[in-house]
Amino acid sequence: MSITIYVPGDSSAVSLGADRVATAIANEAAKRSLDIRLIRNGSRGMFWLEPLVEVLTENGRVAYGPVQTGDVAGLFDANFTQGGSHPLCLGLTEELDYLKKQQRLTFARIGLTDPVSLDDYIANDGYRGLSNALKLPQADIVKAVTDSGLRGRGGAAFPTGIKWNTVLNTPSEQKYIICNADEGDSGTFSDRMVMEGDPFVLIEGMTIAGIAVGATQGYIYLRVEYPYAHVALNTAIEKAYQAGYLGADIQGSGKKFDLEVRLGAGAYICGEETSLMESLEGKRGLVRFKPPLPAISGLFGKPTVVNNVISLASVPIILDRGGDYYRDFGMGRSRGTLPLQLAGNIKHGGLVELAFGLTLRELLYDFGGGSASGRPIRAVQVGGPLGAYLPESQFDTPLDYEAFAAIWAVLGHGGIVVFDDTVDMAEMARYSMEFCAIESCGKCTPCRIGSTRGYEVIDDIIAGRDLDKNIPLLRDLCNTLLNGSLCALGGMTPYPVLSALNHFPEDFGIKDKAEAV
Amino acid sequence: MTETGSIQSTVQAITTALKDKPGALLPILHGIQDALGYIPPESVADIAKTVNLSRAEVHGVISFYHYFRKTAPGKHTIHLCRAESCQSMGSKQLEEHVKTRLGIDFHETTADGKFSLEPVYCLGNCACSPAMQIDNEIYGRVSANSFDAALNEVEELA
Ligand SMILES: Cc1cc2nc3c(=O)[nH]c(=O)nc-3n(C[C@H](O)[C@H](O)[C@H](O)COP(=O)(O)O)c2cc1C
Ligand code: SF4
Ligand code: FES
Repeated sequence: MSITIYVPGDSSAVSLGADRVATAIANEAAKRSLDIRLIRNGSRGMFWLEPLVEVLTENGRVAYGPVQTGDVAGLFDANFTQGGSHPLCLGLTEELDYLKKQQRLTFARIGLTDPVSLDDYIANDGYRGLSNALKLPQADIVKAVTDSGLRGRGGAAFPTGIKWNTVLNTPSEQKYIICNADEGDSGTFSDRMVMEGDPFVLIEGMTIAGIAVGATQGYIYLRVEYPYAHVALNTAIEKAYQAGYLGADIQGSGKKFDLEVRLGAGAYICGEETSLMESLEGKRGLVRFKPPLPAISGLFGKPTVVNNVISLASVPIILDRGGDYYRDFGMGRSRGTLPLQLAGNIKHGGLVELAFGLTLRELLYDFGGGSASGRPIRAVQVGGPLGAYLPESQFDTPLDYEAFAAIWAVLGHGGIVVFDDTVDMAEMARYSMEFCAIESCGKCTPCRIGSTRGYEVIDDIIAGRDLDKNIPLLRDLCNTLLNGSLCALGGMTPYPVLSALNHFPEDFGIKDKAEAV
Repeated sequence: MTETGSIQSTVQAITTALKDKPGALLPILHGIQDALGYIPPESVADIAKTVNLSRAEVHGVISFYHYFRKTAPGKHTIHLCRAESCQSMGSKQLEEHVKTRLGIDFHETTADGKFSLEPVYCLGNCACSPAMQIDNEIYGRVSANSFDAALNEVEELA
């Protein structure tokens, strides 16, 4: 019987040498005349262990990691193909604490299967949600999503069911589903992992969305920085068409849904939904005024659902298990699970999918194991480049949309970037302003001009010039951005800037906190 | 065929093949950049004509997006991540090393035409910061040493 070996094809694993390890394993097996089946699975999301090689044994999958090419011959010598012991052996994958403590709903299959195998997908509960949806009236599909309490995972946390309901109830001969796969937030990679590691779940989610609201065309707007995701999505889409899961007559239902991937071109602002639609229409990504809402007049002026990858990829399990099942996870008004991404200066960086409610501290230490450098964690940026920096005193905040809003912070897309005590927070604030200046679409003056002015002022502050004048000036600028911006790029850049200033005034040359005002 | 002639026919073939897609301009520009490495300024008029836009509009779109190039890139393009997670793991020092080693700044190409250096704002490899891409290859936990090794490897393959 052939031996099944898994080596992730996930781009982060590849960035650490997974392709070379896969080749070395194939060569070594050939040399030893061993019959192996090598599967390039998604990543389990434990990146300090990548490349994480797994072997299927009669007791389950046994993990070895991190494996480098130089380890491969030794692994064969240690009989790893039968789960043999070796210094890199981690035991049964499912028993690893990091995974065992998680609640993987959206990520249920990721790392388990061959991402582009439709058979694997179906054998592991895939397309059960669609099969249920095809038996339901449209309004009931939308109701299941509403009942689940799912809120948009792209950043704004708007209830997905309400958005769908608006599109369902806006009559039009053409409607669209757009998947926002621009994932521009630094410190985030959950969308990428889904697209590379389980592309069919996104395709299924979009298909259900299309049937629910009466949209026959879908677009995945994918950032060009993700070439691996591009290949995986296109491969999966082609297979879905061949098997009748996309196209004119989905599984004999008479329902139609077409799907195409479109590439962005390196503009952060095109993650904002109206800018994204301009871009899809072939224009510059200038943000549109709202109203009209995209749900009423979106892509090419037609009613359009725009949802994040994780929002859409959470739909199949909701339609499979029911809205209540999903809703039973979480706290307060934050229902279900959030795939958190532990990044930056963290020992155990990776993907942690959990019900809302755990504290940031538990995540940083119980999962993350503290900083990678071994130094104290000083600041944590949550929610991407427009998210606030949190000091140690706020680490006990539960991961919940409202709890974060209460401390003037955001959960956003769930990215968590950790900094140790060597960080200079004035430099980080400067970078936030610079990023805003680079990425501004240019439509409103505070954002376009104010951001440049912002990093110039911070340069003066860093140089120690006229603090009594420049600190209030920086605050003024932030107020103008907060109140005078059309979208959250200008409107939220003050979050990282002011949180850095308020929590770490000493980095701005302010010795007495009272002088920071 | 002359070089200009071949550029023109490539642009024409791609533009014609894609022009009927809804919102065709970005797919067209991607197609051209994939084929030629950049979008030659002299092709703007042809593109504009085929998709029924003004030259200013096409030019405006090309300029808006950081990814589209108006000049030919080096043989290999290095995208170095500048964003927060990579900064937390020393990307600023790495950036200095890369610039010194190549002798160029961001948005420049080495004199021998081998490498172009571009900034990128996150590659989704933030659990393995600092990160970079060389062409379509991705690298994680990049150090000065591993950068040099990657560069040598790419040069040898060339
Ligand atoms: C500057 C800016 C960038 C954004 N980038 C993204 C992004 O990369 N991905 C995303 O899903 N949403 C992004 N958003 C949020 C979208 O505008 C929108 O709220 C989201 O796609 C809706 O989907 P959801 O309800 O499923 O979250 C961004 C918003 C702003 C203001
Ligand atoms: S805030 Fe900035 S990015 Fe947003 S619309 Fe205004 S100029 Fe454009
Ligand atoms: S911040 Fe550098 S890869 Fe994400």
